[in-house]
Amino acid sequence: MNTTIIFTIATLAILGLLLAIVLYIVAQKFKVEEDPRIDTVESLLPGANCGGCGKAGCRAFAESAVKEGLGSLRCPVGGNPVMQKIAEALGQTVEAKDPQVAVVRCSGSCDKRKKTTIYDGLATCATIASLYGGDTDCKFGCLGRGDCEAACKFDAIKINPKTGLPEVDEEKCTACGACVKACPKQIIELRNKGPKGRRVYVACRNQDKGAVARKACLAACIGCGKCVKTCPFEAITLENNLAYIDYTKCRMCRKCVVECPTGAIHEVNFPPRPAVVKPAAAPAAPAAAKPVAEPQEKKVEIPVEKKN
Amino acid sequence: MNTLIVSPSPHVHGKDNTRRLMGDVIIALMPAVLVSIWFFGLSAIHLVCVSVLACVVFEYLIQKFLLKGKSTVGDLSAVVTGILLALNLPVCSPWWLILIGAFVAIGIAKMTFGGLGQNLFNPALVARVVLLVSFPVLMTGTAFHAPEGGYLFGNSEFANAALDATSGATPLGFVKEQLAKGVSMQEIMATPGLSYTQLLFARLGGSAGELSAIALILGFIYLLCRRVIKPWISLSILITVFVFAGALWLGNPAKFTDPVFNLLSGGLLLGAFFMATDYVTSPMTTKGQVIFGIGIGVITILIREFGAYPEGVSFAILIMNSTVPLLNRIQPKRFAKEAQKK
Amino acid sequence: MRTFRMGGVHPADKKISKDAAIERLPLPKTVYISMGQHLGAPAEPCVAVGDKVKVGQLIANATGFVSAPIHSSVSGTVKSIEMVKDLAGKPGKAVVIDVEGDEWMEDIDRSEDIVREIKLEKKEIVDRIKACGVVGLGGATFPTNVKLSPPPTATPTCVIINGAECEPYLTSDYRVMMEMPEQVLIGGTILMKALGVDKCYIGVEENKPEAIKKLKALAPQFKGVEIVTLKKKYPQGGEKQLIDAVIGKKVPSMGLPVDTGAVVQNVGTAFAVYEAVQKNKPLFEGIMTVTGDCLEHQRNFIHRVGTPLSFIMEYSGGVPEKASKLISGGPMMGKAIVNVDAPTLKGTSSILYLTEAQTKRKAESNCIRCGKCVSACPMGLEPYLLNKLGRASRFDELEEHHVYDCIECGCCSFTCPAFIPLLDTIRQSKAAVMKIMKSRPKK
Repeated sequence: MNTTIIFTIATLAILGLLLAIVLYIVAQKFKVEEDPRIDTVESLLPGANCGGCGKAGCRAFAESAVKEGLGSLRCPVGGNPVMQKIAEALGQTVEAKDPQVAVVRCSGSCDKRKKTTIYDGLATCATIASLYGGDTDCKFGCLGRGDCEAACKFDAIKINPKTGLPEVDEEKCTACGACVKACPKQIIELRNKGPKGRRVYVACRNQDKGAVARKACLAACIGCGKCVKTCPFEAITLENNLAYIDYTKCRMCRKCVVECPTGAIHEVNFPPRPAVVKPAAAPAAPAAAKPVAEPQEKKVEIPVEKKN
Repeated sequence: MNTLIVSPSPHVHGKDNTRRLMGDVIIALMPAVLVSIWFFGLSAIHLVCVSVLACVVFEYLIQKFLLKGKSTVGDLSAVVTGILLALNLPVCSPWWLILIGAFVAIGIAKMTFGGLGQNLFNPALVARVVLLVSFPVLMTGTAFHAPEGGYLFGNSEFANAALDATSGATPLGFVKEQLAKGVSMQEIMATPGLSYTQLLFARLGGSAGELSAIALILGFIYLLCRRVIKPWISLSILITVFVFAGALWLGNPAKFTDPVFNLLSGGLLLGAFFMATDYVTSPMTTKGQVIFGIGIGVITILIREFGAYPEGVSFAILIMNSTVPLLNRIQPKRFAKEAQKK
Repeated sequence: MRTFRMGGVHPADKKISKDAAIERLPLPKTVYISMGQHLGAPAEPCVAVGDKVKVGQLIANATGFVSAPIHSSVSGTVKSIEMVKDLAGKPGKAVVIDVEGDEWMEDIDRSEDIVREIKLEKKEIVDRIKACGVVGLGGATFPTNVKLSPPPTATPTCVIINGAECEPYLTSDYRVMMEMPEQVLIGGTILMKALGVDKCYIGVEENKPEAIKKLKALAPQFKGVEIVTLKKKYPQGGEKQLIDAVIGKKVPSMGLPVDTGAVVQNVGTAFAVYEAVQKNKPLFEGIMTVTGDCLEHQRNFIHRVGTPLSFIMEYSGGVPEKASKLISGGPMMGKAIVNVDAPTLKGTSSILYLTEAQTKRKAESNCIRCGKCVSACPMGLEPYLLNKLGRASRFDELEEHHVYDCIECGCCSFTCPAFIPLLDTIRQSKAAVMKIMKSRPKK
């Protein structure tokens, strides 16, 4: 009995020793010489492997940063602090960049945009987009099947079943751009987060003429140009019947939000507007009364989400 | 005009659906169930009913309370598992044995993997093997005696007569026992109850589904006619068993059972027709299916002739089940390869 | 009886419109002639707003090698050149013509006589076919003259005329074979001459015995033409499957059909070739089926290209009340109609009405790994696996499993007992993989 136990222990010990030697020799022989700084940079990165930088993953980012220099390479997830550390480790400099966030440029919720066909195929936006304009008459709008949600590695964008539109959780969003690439309708845009997270943007992509756009969706930008005229900073441009606010020029005066007859311009994270402003908006157009209330609702919605 | 439906092609669907396929399997199993009821009456009805009910209830409860998904009972796959489990148990199994079997089949072998289509091993067979190694006395030969007062409504006269002849053991177990005693094969085969005709139409001893080869063959033909399964797995098992057992028998007829006896006895037909052909746990391509079948055939004979257990079909199928992910890496033949560059 | 060797399914035949003789549709008030009626670059209009045009007059020039000219299908005044929505609602450039009378170009032979003698030489034939804007009418609308000018690496050995019409419901090819069998055979002879080959097979599925009888009776008058009866199986009309079925050769993966020596043309195309070469009539008419179980009268029509679908629907008795899905093409590979006002194209072969019960997809359930999709795939692929890989966007593995071989026939989705929309995923994955493959530098 004893001999059996001793024999077993001895065998295993010798086996272990032999294998260790083999492993050591193999490790020595096939050793790959690598710049140790690659490991340093990789350890500084968030390790999400999201591909937001345009590289295959964090390791690829590190390799590229060490071999070719930082250049325009940015880690959107880590943001400025991480980039600063990496730049220090490599002895390079890097410019600070404003933090960004994904913004959904469509307000065609289920109640504002009627379904005109029944889509009966695979429920991904890409499939619908390859087939036709979508199950509403707006062929620019959100298709609502959540390709963005599936692409997001940070659980930051979710389709709200009530509105049928995606909503971005600003706390979680790293601006990696995965959803921007996934969206076949180019609804999602990365915009600067803005001071205190405040942003004003046109939540519509409809390039149809006003009447057509309006017929398809109550919240569509009809290209009326009122916002362009109102803007004191020339931040708004109108192209193909669609207004666009340049976030580098916008000074957040919010005049356009009030002026927009369909409520296509959204403001987020602003404190509640003084009640005096509201009646001024009402006479703009009789139909405008309802849509103007929309941004206000949104304002309430987002802080609530954050607390969660 | 109605609101138009829009989808990518194809715009029509064939007649097949999961429920219809499972329903066809149930119909195909009916001859075997009926034969069992014919012989054992109420006992057999009790066995099948408890087993099916338990499987369905377990699936429903697990789906509802553990997986919290939509009920999948409607696809009838739990019913199929229930019937297969019943056919794999001795007729006089106590109710608690059936319940344990159903729980192992549905709860452990199927739902823990994620439900229908996800399991690696055939649920009914996992249950059978768990019961076989846990309750060997109840699951093998010696328990095959009539309950007191005989089988209610069953053809008990015939049943008892045949059972007496083989002292209650399954034919395979009986042969193995006798061989161990040193009795030669020719003498064993002379025992009443072991004739080919009896094996083909109505043999006794063994689990509920092993009674009549003819009933199983009928079911198999039905499945083939309805195009539910393809014959490759079953045929390759049977041919392998026949060839392998035949080779051994030619080598030493005194020691090994002959190939026809091997084909007709035990759970081979039940296994080859209904257990190995289970969609979920068998390979997708024809080539994979043939290899799968050959593997089952070889392992079955190895266990039967050289192993400790008299019967090896269930073990063979489970072992080969584990190779299915590997066999599925065999790609089917392509329509055509790339043109060779000139 | 011959057929292709791998996979395939047997959808219900449903050729309920097969006995309806071809009728001529009346002229609509306005036609919308799309510039993108063929595979390849859209044509460029060569008429201006206000121009008077005649039937058969050239109104748009081809813009590339793979492109085709377009001719007016009516006589009248060009009202505008604008963006018109196609049947999926996608806008495309079109010439809009207000119809005035029915005045044809003088050089078109409008007599009913069948012209048997082929006067044109090989090159003239190809040029004529090109000038007349003939495109493949089997579905892909590939310009016919391009197929008749094979690359120098390939040597054509035979012409195969596709009379399989394997899609359920469709009967336009059948009616052509029944009513114009001799023209089809002459068309086949012209194609043989254009390619310089001496063999022409006409493949017809067994479910069209009358057409086979008619063609077989006439075939002996045409040297080199052979009628091949094929077993009924979908997708027999697929180019690769048809070549396999008829001459037993397989088109290599990523290769051209002509690599096997065969040039496949549809029955409708053969008829169009006959009209172009023998009658100098450009392709501005098409033969289409209007059918559906919920439709009272099944019809086969000759339509002028550019006729709004809604006009045809109105003329054939309106959209049936029960119809929930409108399809242009067959139920297996056709396109769902979103915009009923879209105009017909050269390749429009049908309007098919399906009810909700016939077409609405059932909820997807778990894959039971039955392998039916693998057995049904005519290209030897593993749809269940491609679906899984596709949903995970594993493009490198999709390529390893030859997703690019998929012909999008729909057999996998059709047969799946768990109602998994296999082809929807595979089609997307295939497009993505092809894009990646094309972006790679060539060796």
